[in-house]
Amino acid sequence: MLSEKSLAKIARERAKYPANQARSALLAALRITQEEQGYLSDAVMEYVADLLGIPAIQVYEAATFYSMYDLKPVGRHKLCVCGSVSCFLNGSDAVLQHLSERLGVDPGETTADGLFTLQEVECLGACKDAPMLQVGDHYYENLTPESLDALLAKLRGGSDDVR
Amino acid sequence: MFVNGVTLQNRGLPDSHRLSVYAGTGGYGALRKVLLDPMAPDQIISEIKKSALRGRGGAGFPTGLKWSFMPKGVTGTKYLLCNADEGEPGTCKDRDIMRYEPHRLIEGMIIGAYAMGASAGYIFIRGEFVEPIHIVEAALEEAYAKGYLGQNILGTDFSFDLYVYRGAGAYICGEETALMEALEGKKGQPRFKPPFPASYGLYGRPTTINNVETFASVPGIITRGGDWFLSLGKPNNGGTKIFSVTGQVQKPGNYEVPMGLPFKDLLEMAGGLRPGRQLKAVIPGGTSTAMVAGTAMMEVTMDYDSISKAGSALGAGSVIIMDDSVCIVKAVERIARFYMHESCGQCTPCREGMGWLWRVMHRLENGQGREEDLQLLLDVGSRIEGRTICALADGGVAPVVSSIRLFREEYEYHIQHKRCLISMGVA
Repeated sequence: MLSEKSLAKIARERAKYPANQARSALLAALRITQEEQGYLSDAVMEYVADLLGIPAIQVYEAATFYSMYDLKPVGRHKLCVCGSVSCFLNGSDAVLQHLSERLGVDPGETTADGLFTLQEVECLGACKDAPMLQVGDHYYENLTPESLDALLAKLRGGSDDVR
Repeated sequence: MFVNGVTLQNRGLPDSHRLSVYAGTGGYGALRKVLLDPMAPDQIISEIKKSALRGRGGAGFPTGLKWSFMPKGVTGTKYLLCNADEGEPGTCKDRDIMRYEPHRLIEGMIIGAYAMGASAGYIFIRGEFVEPIHIVEAALEEAYAKGYLGQNILGTDFSFDLYVYRGAGAYICGEETALMEALEGKKGQPRFKPPFPASYGLYGRPTTINNVETFASVPGIITRGGDWFLSLGKPNNGGTKIFSVTGQVQKPGNYEVPMGLPFKDLLEMAGGLRPGRQLKAVIPGGTSTAMVAGTAMMEVTMDYDSISKAGSALGAGSVIIMDDSVCIVKAVERIARFYMHESCGQCTPCREGMGWLWRVMHRLENGQGREEDLQLLLDVGSRIEGRTICALADGGVAPVVSSIRLFREEYEYHIQHKRCLISMGVA
């Protein structure tokens, strides 16, 4: 189900923990799996359970507890707009509204072309550069309507900055 | 004034995250001193005690004392963990230490591991911090290549392995035992204490856990002495502290300043308020600490004791500034939403209570407040506080209760007029 590259990454994570603590590699295995598969389906979770030799229930527990796992398909680019207090004080509601209008979706929804999912999230720890959002591996900070439009144009142009 | 001189000393240098740059400014000198001079583990711990360094993650527990709790003469692995799960709204300092000074953190951890006899460690970084994760991982590789990590460090019989562990999105993992659960691959739900981590931590082994800024303060203390560090601040409030000043100021940022600096000076460093604005309220230590009125805050100095006297806490040094354009009810509603979202669901008063607080705040903010709502919020708050395993719920109650105490008229205005006293534009 997973590529050799992903399996090698998971093996590297597994090696960080004592021999009898395979479960410690679970969060990393789920992340690596999601990066490859797009989201965590039931079948994928059972596969990860077998891979680590742990019961599937333990995989479900973790996958449903942590906010970075997607249990359903999301857009190619997931725009995670921080709405916690320091961002709120610096106009995060306007950021969310701007993106919502541009994309024609409400927070929590995905555009019809499957390109964008818009999401409001809690504090991402970049409070001094508020307002901000995360796409994939990157933070975009001190957002303005202009920088948001530039970001959307960049992502529409085929960025690797996925989810 | 001694500014940005301890944990963010190299922030302004190009490539400050590289080992060569860190070493060029004396980096890993403290480790050499400890291992080669050598310093006995007890001497290190007493130096840390002398410095009055207190935990920089929010609880402010004396670091030297914590280190002394690690049992001696036990067989098997002892663990050292770094809490880099920075997630309290308003807190953004550990991210900068990891981005600009990863080796200072790593050196602090190696010294700590030697002092406590730990042979393995994990730096638990929140999963969203991908950039810091990559920087710290690269720094670990550099440190291994130089022989600062791994077997027989600097030719001694001391060995220590250190790894990065990536979180997956959950504020509660900043609670130390929840972090250990997450590291074991479980849901991040706090454990009952006792037993404390020093006797039963990661995998049930003796474990010590400290915040990023705490570890990053250690090399300076070892190099220049505990007395030096203490003298930078005030008795019982040693050293410098990073304050993340955010919200409605002109130059938000991380300012590392001596403990005891007057708040008004810190505000000035952060560029002051926006033109024509008045200071309304300050949350001095992150959203889990009580709100302080602007006028009262202007009399406070930035240290554990002074902020505590003002009825709040220094917390993680996350200073959130609110000017007179803020609707307090709306701001607190937003804060209450955070705690509802982040409750781990383990304890009923928190799982249910955080939702109660948010729902009542939400209806107040949206013109559906009832006469009895303020008393209801205070009653619900008092039934939550002190009845949960960890401090998350108390942290969720603090902003609600403190803001009602300070801005009762504004709350009452919402109930009577079914709208905000202060309009904040986009709804």
